[in-house]
Amino acid sequence: MKGVTKVYGTGQAAMEALRGIDISIGQGDFVAVMGPSGSGKSTCMNILGCLDMPTAGAYLFQGVEVGELSRDQRALLRRHYLGFVFQGFNLLSRSSALENVELPLIYRGLPAHMRRVRAREALDAVGLGEWATHTPAELSGGQQQRVAIARAIVTDPEVLLADEPTGNLDSARSREIMELLTAFNRDRGITIIMVTHDPDMADYAGRRIHFVDGLIDNGLSKDEVA
Amino acid sequence: MLFETLVLAQREIRRNVLRSSLTILGIIIGVAAVITMVTVGNGATAKVTADISKLGSNLLQVRPGQGHRGPGGARTKCKDFEMADATAVERDIPGLKAVAPITNSAGQAIYGNRNWSTSVTGSTNAFMEVRDWNLESGRGFTNGEMRAGKAVCILGNTVRNELFGGQDPLGATIRLRKISFKVIGVFESKGQSGFGTDQDDFVLIPLRTLQRRLAGNTDVKAVFVSAREGVSTSKVKADIEHLMRERRHIATGKEDDFNVRDMQEIASTLTGTTRVLTGLLGAVAAVSLLVGGIGIMNIMLVSVTERTREIGTRLAIGALEREVLMQFLVEAVVLSSFGGIFGIAIGLGAAAFGARALGVPFVFNPQIVLIAFAFSAAVGVLFGYVPARKAARLDPIEALRHE
Repeated sequence: MKGVTKVYGTGQAAMEALRGIDISIGQGDFVAVMGPSGSGKSTCMNILGCLDMPTAGAYLFQGVEVGELSRDQRALLRRHYLGFVFQGFNLLSRSSALENVELPLIYRGLPAHMRRVRAREALDAVGLGEWATHTPAELSGGQQQRVAIARAIVTDPEVLLADEPTGNLDSARSREIMELLTAFNRDRGITIIMVTHDPDMADYAGRRIHFVDGLIDNGLSKDEVA
Repeated sequence: MLFETLVLAQREIRRNVLRSSLTILGIIIGVAAVITMVTVGNGATAKVTADISKLGSNLLQVRPGQGHRGPGGARTKCKDFEMADATAVERDIPGLKAVAPITNSAGQAIYGNRNWSTSVTGSTNAFMEVRDWNLESGRGFTNGEMRAGKAVCILGNTVRNELFGGQDPLGATIRLRKISFKVIGVFESKGQSGFGTDQDDFVLIPLRTLQRRLAGNTDVKAVFVSAREGVSTSKVKADIEHLMRERRHIATGKEDDFNVRDMQEIASTLTGTTRVLTGLLGAVAAVSLLVGGIGIMNIMLVSVTERTREIGTRLAIGALEREVLMQFLVEAVVLSSFGGIFGIAIGLGAAAFGARALGVPFVFNPQIVLIAFAFSAAVGVLFGYVPARKAARLDPIEALRHE
């Protein structure tokens, strides 16, 4: 599998969230996206996650120009290549942990027993095998986040996009989560792109991208946080 | 995939049992109302049909006309029939089973210290045949009794109950208009007619007895004719009209001064009426089904707003627009179908109860059950579509940010 390249830029909008940026992220990278709020990092993540499209410029995902895909084609791309860990976990509150993890597999069209097996494996991988039947309300914040991660990796995605995965957690829980993510990056070769405010968390990543006012401060170096 | 969606939908519905049941209440009431109305209506139609056939199948009634209003408002009376008319019909018209000349009167029947006002019918044994009366006990008239005008009578069930209670009336003597009659038989009960009158409230005596001893003339007020099985009643009707015009010397071009009524015509008119009523009531009930559908749409819209984040998650994870649409649509259809099933059960129960209360038979019609079910599912599709499309068209980024 060849490397994932993303070259992209936007411009001229009344509110220019991103003012023409170029990034390239390779297969197996662990990238931390940093920057103050309003700097364009969320917009960037939405585009990287194929949820949004650039106003101008090009975004190539494994050589495919995402800007030219239809809404459904992008949904299929997300379904088969991407995993998401959202800021607020976004678990289905009335479903059990297992059902939550099964969700992406349903859209992949896996039969029920296969889904069950793989969802259990994913929960075991995040250390929540015994909590499968609990609903999110019965789990702690750290556990909820791990369910969310299990849901993101259950499909064996190429890329995992995490928006502040440690935002709501104390430092001990945060470290657990980060070790989990690092392990997935290292053992499974999953590309991870993670938004974070916390430089300690960013240290887990192999590379930092720093946004300021819709521009990338210094794309490829691992420098100090502003 | 569809099965999956169904499983998911029922899971979603079960998670909010109270709301789901309130949502489908409208559908339940609507379907139950339709089923009840139509089932009871069909029962009423069946009862009317049965009542009319109790009057005697293939029955034709020949009666003198009402006459015309002459100058000054006086009504010219049409001439009554005579015994000879009935005999002529019996002799000249083919395809008849029985011909019964009839004259009615009224009077007070007295037995011991009890008395009862009733109607007195004078006829022959043929009366029992044309009107399908069977004897519960005793016997019919003998030829001698009919010819001689003997004072014998056969009691309707109501008269028997009023005068004799539980006693055996056979052989007893009752008084009718000061004349003593010997009771020789009792009719089986027929109950109320479709018009609400008690058919068992009468006394049958020989026609000649009524003519001579009660009326004092030889008039015959009506001739009841029953056609043989398979014989066209309209043909018989035409034949009788022809014969009567001849016998009553009505010149060509003049109107009949009598009329012949075909019970089958009356039957179809009456069942037609009840059918129209049934349809009308069913239509009114169907409106409540529509209202129930709007209830479903309302709740589904609320549900879409409430589950915006969930929808956003699903879309982000890679659900296609059409899959989200299907999810919500199937949810609405499953909801309304549940409503349909409950509604059918309740409706049939209410119909059974209502049928008993109104004294009509309970007619189970699988067709209306199927239609009601299909209709309730269709309501789900119709009113689930708008909320489902709203859900499917959501922007995943906006939806995820929704609080």
